[in-house]
Amino acid sequence: MIRVQAEDFDIGAEVAALTAGRTDIGAVVTFSGLVRDASGNAPVTSMELEHYPGMTEKELARIETEAHERWPLQATLIVHRVGRLAPGDNIVLVVAASAHREAAFEAASFLMDYLKTRAPFWKREEGQGEARWVDARESDDQAATRWKR
Amino acid sequence: MKLLYFAWVKQKAGTGEEEVSLPANIRDVNGLIAWLKTRGEGYEAAFADLGIIRCAVDQAHGDFDTSIAGATEVAFFPPVTGG
Repeated sequence: MIRVQAEDFDIGAEVAALTAGRTDIGAVVTFSGLVRDASGNAPVTSMELEHYPGMTEKELARIETEAHERWPLQATLIVHRVGRLAPGDNIVLVVAASAHREAAFEAASFLMDYLKTRAPFWKREEGQGEARWVDARESDDQAATRWKR
Repeated sequence: MKLLYFAWVKQKAGTGEEEVSLPANIRDVNGLIAWLKTRGEGYEAAFADLGIIRCAVDQAHGDFDTSIAGATEVAFFPPVTGG
């Protein structure tokens, strides 16, 4: 399941909804990403998340489908926030549920690595009266290449 | 054809979205970029360093040699930074 939204999310409620009424799930791995108050040495007072409506949902769905092709997953959820966020706010939630933990751990990691390098979101950080677009990180590209086959 | 620009590419191009009629000889993203760069300083600045430009054709990631024949929407943006 995919959701792109301005509103915050409640991790406990999301996991409860995903597993409600199911007894075939033995493992749930969740990852959530939050806004930090600094980027290197530069303070961050707020962040603006822009995205490409239409393609964002398609790309997240493609990533989710690929995870289900690679691992035996009972359920997955990706929630990504857009708009204006403050330090400490949630940005992204990934949940992977499977019968056994290995698939859930690996799928959650895969979903995040692919989301970071393929989903069309862009962060702009503000601090000390100026705004700057965040540069993509080489380490994120490298993390994603480990799933290449 | 609809063209979309995001993040700093949008700021440099000076627009986020536009409808254009392309010359018939433009076949791929490379050709489209070359044509866009003739349309003004903003576009020239936006496409000055193609190493940090990514594109999507009809809402799927593409390369500069991806065909745009029959495409309805092409987007240009920096490497993504979500998550």
